[in-house]
Amino acid sequence: MARKNPYKTIGTPVRRIDGRSKVTGQTKFADDLVLPRMLFCKLLRSPVSHATITSVDISKALAYPGVKAVLTGRDLPVPFGILPVSQDEHSLCLDKVRFAGDPVAAVAAIDEETAFEALDLIKVEYGKLKEIDSMFTAADTAEPRIHDYGDIGNTHKLVALEFGEMEKGFAEADHIREDLFFFEGNTHLPMEQHAALAFFDPDGKLTIWSSTQTPHYLHRALAKVLAPLAASHIRVIATPNGGGFGGKSDPFNHEIVVSKLAMVTGRPVKICLTREEVFYCHRGRHPVLMKSKIGVKKDGSITALDFESYLDGGGYGSYGVASTYYTGALQTVTYKVPNYKFNGARFFTNKPPCGPKRGHGTPQPRFALEVQLDKIATDLKLDPAELRLRTLHPPNSLTANYLKVGTIGLGECIKKVVAGSNWREKYGKLPLGKGVGIACSSYLCGAGLPIYWNNMPQTGVQLKLDRSGGVAVFCGETEIGQGSDTVLPMVVAEILGIDTYDIRVCVADTDLTPVDLGSYSSRVTLMMGNAAIQAAERAKELISKAVGEKLAVPASQLAFADRRVFNVSKPEQGMSFAEAVVCAEAKFGTLGTTGSYSPPISHGKFKGAGVGPSAAYSYSACVVEVDVNPATGIVVVDKVWMAHDVGRSINPTLVMGQVEGSIYMGLGEALMEEMAYRNNVGVVHKFPSMLEYKSPTTLEMPECVTYLVEDPDPNGPFGAKEVGQGPLLPIMPAVANAVFDAVGVRVDEIPVTPEKVLKALKLKAKGKEPRVGPTRLPTVVWPEPIRVATPWQGGDGKALSGEEKRRHALPTPR
Amino acid sequence: MTKKTKKKVHLTLTVNGEEQEVAFAPHKTLLEVLREDMNLTGTKHGCELGECGTCTVLVDGRPVLSCLALGLDGEGKEITTVEGMDDKGRLHPLQDAFADLGAAQCGYCTPGFLLTAMALLEKNKKPTCQQMKEALSGNLCRCTGYIKIYEAIELAAARMRGVKAEIRQESIYGEE
Repeated sequence: MARKNPYKTIGTPVRRIDGRSKVTGQTKFADDLVLPRMLFCKLLRSPVSHATITSVDISKALAYPGVKAVLTGRDLPVPFGILPVSQDEHSLCLDKVRFAGDPVAAVAAIDEETAFEALDLIKVEYGKLKEIDSMFTAADTAEPRIHDYGDIGNTHKLVALEFGEMEKGFAEADHIREDLFFFEGNTHLPMEQHAALAFFDPDGKLTIWSSTQTPHYLHRALAKVLAPLAASHIRVIATPNGGGFGGKSDPFNHEIVVSKLAMVTGRPVKICLTREEVFYCHRGRHPVLMKSKIGVKKDGSITALDFESYLDGGGYGSYGVASTYYTGALQTVTYKVPNYKFNGARFFTNKPPCGPKRGHGTPQPRFALEVQLDKIATDLKLDPAELRLRTLHPPNSLTANYLKVGTIGLGECIKKVVAGSNWREKYGKLPLGKGVGIACSSYLCGAGLPIYWNNMPQTGVQLKLDRSGGVAVFCGETEIGQGSDTVLPMVVAEILGIDTYDIRVCVADTDLTPVDLGSYSSRVTLMMGNAAIQAAERAKELISKAVGEKLAVPASQLAFADRRVFNVSKPEQGMSFAEAVVCAEAKFGTLGTTGSYSPPISHGKFKGAGVGPSAAYSYSACVVEVDVNPATGIVVVDKVWMAHDVGRSINPTLVMGQVEGSIYMGLGEALMEEMAYRNNVGVVHKFPSMLEYKSPTTLEMPECVTYLVEDPDPNGPFGAKEVGQGPLLPIMPAVANAVFDAVGVRVDEIPVTPEKVLKALKLKAKGKEPRVGPTRLPTVVWPEPIRVATPWQGGDGKALSGEEKRRHALPTPR
Repeated sequence: MTKKTKKKVHLTLTVNGEEQEVAFAPHKTLLEVLREDMNLTGTKHGCELGECGTCTVLVDGRPVLSCLALGLDGEGKEITTVEGMDDKGRLHPLQDAFADLGAAQCGYCTPGFLLTAMALLEKNKKPTCQQMKEALSGNLCRCTGYIKIYEAIELAAARMRGVKAEIRQESIYGEE
């Protein structure tokens, strides 16, 4: 229902500004762009997963009629990668290939078909190396190494952090559990295949249009690889993305390759990946094995949590170091965890690289924690909803790992879904085969730190106002379907008292718009929104001064609303917004203002403290009702109740869309989506196609009831928090918990497939432990943890030295 | 040139009520002909293998995956793409409802959904949710969870029947 709303534009269901373009098919995605004399690019990809490249012969391809250029790794020798610590990718493989699908050569030709044909004429000889097919093999195989960097052998990264006193925490527990969990990898599957078009103009400047979520990071990667071409001579324009979900957040081989080809040929060059290639680009959800040891009091309150995660990273670093930290970062923000330990390991394997997918590194541990809490509730004979309500983290406080949480609407979220689903009448009470499950989650509103260290703002907004009354807003943010192009003018319209549609929006262009780091980590609404508020307030101040002078009214007396600027106590005294801009332009000259935003400085000062901090955290709770067929193991989700604390909805239509889309994507992960590999003929993707990679169709999507909880956060623009990722997280554990309620078996693995349910039911029938899930972990020698005293131990967020550790060994207050 | 002949065929296609002469290599799909030879880029592609429904167009009123149809087979038929849905800039009720309800997020699958829905409403003026699900089961959307799509079709169907229908408040603000 429409709630009480103090704003004119904020909180109203304004039709998205690109709505008409999208429903008429007029939105120009990257592959819709055409330039005169355009060439087409195709990439030759490795058919083997781990090999040295012994020779590449391109002579026949170069001689093929219609081919204009052929590139190999030697033409682009500079490495790149999204993280400064993982500059491990080449535009085309130099000396070795690291997964089946790694690109080795590129052709530019007069049409796509000719480019395809020319690929067959390139002869590559490979020297096969032992394939690292799993994290177990990676942990046990020191040589050959997939990369010549990383912590040890094929272990890319090891992290170990400890907050508080683990032994003491477990000693205080009335009940301790240790469980293993596995979350299979899955992929984003955006409907739009990645595409890019590059043009090197006769003046020596490069422009690339690309379906990227992060034009700024692509800009940096291009400047590095294409040097000495200056960054100032490179222009990246992110076209609207036909879905991203994190899959278009890395700089990609093909983007750099078409740029180079455009420079070499002097003609525009376009590439559109095939669906199969999109599976190879991947950067999706890491497969993660987890061990969670939890200690609780009789009332369910947590005394200590010891968490280990093992990530199968695939062939490259990508965001992996951050992903590893994220598997340990957010367990502390929903429930009070007084003592917390986290060990994480990421391995290189010969598979397409994993990276950030919606929820980045947090859905896997969230699955483990929420299922484990469900088991605790069963052990202690507590209602799992009640258990969660009792252990909520207090708002406006620091967590054990120094994350500053602000508003927490989680309690209200739980109450909404419990009431709406009639939980108390259903949990443990439905007939065999029917069950309900509950789970909660939280997510960042933008990462506190940028990907590369700098002390500049994470986002900027510029406003241009002119004598026609026209307002243009410029920001580097990227529209990936989430509606950021609409949020931006809504914020400006609210402050300047004009209509959202009066504003011209110019975004995602590194030449024209101020830097925004990109559409990832749910950062745009909060960061861009705050920058837009600042820019608009500055414009308002200029206009107020000029109009106040003209009307002889104090500037503070002026109101901006309904496209007018007027005396708030005498509304007829005023002028149109356009006239007001004329006054200001006459007084101050050409009008332009800027706004920028940097998140608050994080409280943690230890190594690894950069992952997890955010200006605010969103919260979600959901109940899922399932029907499990005991004969087939097929799980049908009948209904989902989801409550999400969004702080404040800037545009409720967009918010609802994000919540519903998150539920959908979560259900796909919970029940069917998985990146599967064959290894009988080498490690190759089992089914890089949309037909075989199962995702939910209309027929699998259940009825959903959504509740929007608004607990405005002072750090959010108008109190707004994120919505695009948080509501996905509780779905997977809620489904697994509901399956347990329905048939009394535990599937401690995602996806919960019929095979696994059936196997667990058979175990149950035989009187064995009714559980399907992992039983072993890779062998890892963990480093000494970085120890940090918790805030309630009087810690200051810095790592303890040995001496300090003893001094801080204070009793844990309860 | 290559050994293989790439001689183009020359024929007339009727797209969105307009007859147009077009020349293209005979093996090109209807999708490629529409996008590359007729500049109708409103028709999108997600797989080019008949798996996702993104490239759906109407051929004689029936939804067809244009990535699996040959351009040649379009001759003598009425082809409708998303560019043919609005009336000189006046949106079709389905387009209006999709835009208002946020049934188009990234918008990439939207043309395919709109055309499939238009074909459905042509046959069935008041489809049930189950009938909608069945009609749309060949179209994948990764953004919306399909919910707003059903709501938009329901709203548009009501308006097309002359019912004065409004958007349900719960669709926008959630349940109380």
